[in-house]
Amino acid sequence: MDLNTVWFALIAVLFVGFFFLEGFDYGVGVLHPFMSKDDKKRRVTINTIGTFWDGNEVWVLTAGGAMFAAFPHWYATMFSGFYMALVLLLLALIVRGVSFEFRSKDANPKWRSLWDWMLFVGSAVPALLWGVAVANLIRGVPIDANMNYVGGFFNLLNPYALLGGLMTLSLFTYHGALFLTLKTTDDILVKAQSIAQKLWLPTTILVFAFVIAGYFATDMFTRLGANPGVVPIIAGLALLLSGWFVKIRRSGLAFTMTGITLAASVVTVFIGLFPRVLVSSLNDAWSLTIYNASSSPYTLKIMTIIAVIFVPIVLVYQGWTYWMFRKRVSVNSELEY
Amino acid sequence: MDALLLARCQFAVTTVYHFFFVPLTLGLSILVAIMETIYVKTGNEAYKRMAKFWGVLFLINFAMGVVTGIVQEFQFGMNWSEYSRFVGDIFGAPLAIEALLAFFLESTFLGVWIFGWNRLSPKMHAASMWIVAFGSNLSALWILIANSFMQQPVGYTIRNGRAEMIDFFALLKNGHVWVQFPHVFFAGICTAAFFVIGISAYHLMKKSDDRFVWQQSMKIGTIYGAIGVILVMLIGHSQAQYMMKVQPMKMAAAEALWESENPAAMSLFTIGNEKKREDVFALKVPGLLSFLAYNRFSGEVKGINQLQMEYEESHGPANYVPPVAISYWTFRIMVGAGMVMLLLIVFLLVALFRNKFDFKPIVFGVLLWAIALPYLANTTGWIFTEIARQPWAVFGVLRTEAAVSPSVSGGAVLLSLVLFTLVYGALMVADIYLLRKHALAGTAKLNFHE
Repeated sequence: MDLNTVWFALIAVLFVGFFFLEGFDYGVGVLHPFMSKDDKKRRVTINTIGTFWDGNEVWVLTAGGAMFAAFPHWYATMFSGFYMALVLLLLALIVRGVSFEFRSKDANPKWRSLWDWMLFVGSAVPALLWGVAVANLIRGVPIDANMNYVGGFFNLLNPYALLGGLMTLSLFTYHGALFLTLKTTDDILVKAQSIAQKLWLPTTILVFAFVIAGYFATDMFTRLGANPGVVPIIAGLALLLSGWFVKIRRSGLAFTMTGITLAASVVTVFIGLFPRVLVSSLNDAWSLTIYNASSSPYTLKIMTIIAVIFVPIVLVYQGWTYWMFRKRVSVNSELEY
Repeated sequence: MDALLLARCQFAVTTVYHFFFVPLTLGLSILVAIMETIYVKTGNEAYKRMAKFWGVLFLINFAMGVVTGIVQEFQFGMNWSEYSRFVGDIFGAPLAIEALLAFFLESTFLGVWIFGWNRLSPKMHAASMWIVAFGSNLSALWILIANSFMQQPVGYTIRNGRAEMIDFFALLKNGHVWVQFPHVFFAGICTAAFFVIGISAYHLMKKSDDRFVWQQSMKIGTIYGAIGVILVMLIGHSQAQYMMKVQPMKMAAAEALWESENPAAMSLFTIGNEKKREDVFALKVPGLLSFLAYNRFSGEVKGINQLQMEYEESHGPANYVPPVAISYWTFRIMVGAGMVMLLLIVFLLVALFRNKFDFKPIVFGVLLWAIALPYLANTTGWIFTEIARQPWAVFGVLRTEAAVSPSVSGGAVLLSLVLFTLVYGALMVADIYLLRKHALAGTAKLNFHE
């Protein structure tokens, strides 16, 4: 395996981490205004991700940095091409990030309600936009011979992409509800369970609709072939199984299943793209690949050494914090946010 | 307005705004860690209250720094795609390393610090703030390694129509990093010191409860500020001498030195005509600029006209002169703010020596407003260093107009600039409201949910 492939795989790993971790963060953010009207209980919801959200968000920052370092043309074409979508994403992430801190620092109910909705919008918009981005990635976007996107903003909002957006929004929210069933107690737990149960069917329908629409809108099926391999099948099966586990109240297993669905879906997308990183809808030859978009072998080598050393260290200490703060959160816990 | 100018405006707005929050994070993280360490060593609860009180203000500020930092990571690709293509082989690496080594560390352990008061041993808890401080400053180091490549490109060759890295360690050993990073690091210490001094001064003036906390904060802030101000100025001086060699045009613009002089005089106050490149009115100290540049009262300092001719010879005909008035005044405001900080610190050191911090209300008032001084210096410092590098994005290698995204229209940038400005403006109001509220509340109500 050459270093270009290694970095393609590593960026896939970063996106797996991001979708898995920020997936439930976004989900909790979307759900929290609906979990309770009581401030203390809302705080319980927020505090379930209070310790982790910031560290989780770094996964996407690192993925962005890795794209820049390993595939500068991918970074340049995609970020300038998806310009307005990224502006919206950034604005959402900005208000979302401060809302954790700001909300807790003033007890005025109006103030808190304001930041509750900021957290909601700041979580829902990215959850939607990531699906739009993924759908456009696999569908292909108009990229010219000079690697420049020539589409405009509304080109990104095609029906297939919007379906993708609804799918990730729904999937993240479902994943978030399952996370809450693992991290809360009493009536908040019951509420989270009932929400998870209600979200399973629409989420499953949206995911399968997106897969079927993908048959018409993308070349994923022809690329994956008649035998798509185990990964996408695992993604689908895990999603179906999660519904069963929710029903029998096996929260841990249900959450593991949505985690597997998210991870396997991201891997499927990357397998389907390989070796391309941005598909040109104008001309196959104009697509960006891990070869024509990459950094020099020297830079890739340096970055590989650094990643091999530091990615495991990050995994260890982030894992440690999850272990450290593994206890369920209740109204009797010390709530910092 | 054209797309290039709008993109530059947006970069200026988002970056200057981001750097309102960063220096306080850099400096205050260390200070809170020091306070908590004193608490762990002595068991004195007052230091715990102190660490918690400054910790709350730290958190409010930190959140703003983090979220505005996400924009920094993405906007090179968004607005400067040609730049990203041209230097991505080099510039992307420190950004990715910054995220992997530093962002993960600071954000993960900040979560541990916030939630760990009763779940970790006191030692481990204090250690987590040290890790946050280490992570924050490490992230500053990597971003300045990236910025230093723009100021003084090293370790690269032009190949395949772009700049490619040939020596990673040259990026780390770049002399520019090692004058710029300490300057920024100690600027962070100044910012935190004056923040702590100003708010402590307010509570001492108002005779707030918990006098011990304010008095000790004042002492710690004074010592911390003395270290910060003296070193930021000394290092700033050697940085300026370094820039004389690396980017002489930047320093000529800083001094509005139109023609080469030997010995060169330093301008105290100049009103110039930028178009004609001449002084309208100037007050100068003979020989002083030569002295500042070379530590002796003679030696040629090259002027703007001379340098323009030299660059035309080496890089072809074009305008190589940065906006002189902005360079000249931002440089002077930065240095001037540093001078005032130094005076205040000397005054406070005398008070510390006498162990008496009981001043007249007007003095307390001055100390409170002095919180603004490091912010003024930080902002003008960055505007100076980026503006006076123009017309280059990467000095001597890539011009700014060649760096902008060709696929992003002026209208799109205008819309995003308006949106960023509105959201940033609103958040600044909320941020200052919260900082003020918690700064004034003192240590009595550290549980703010009631």
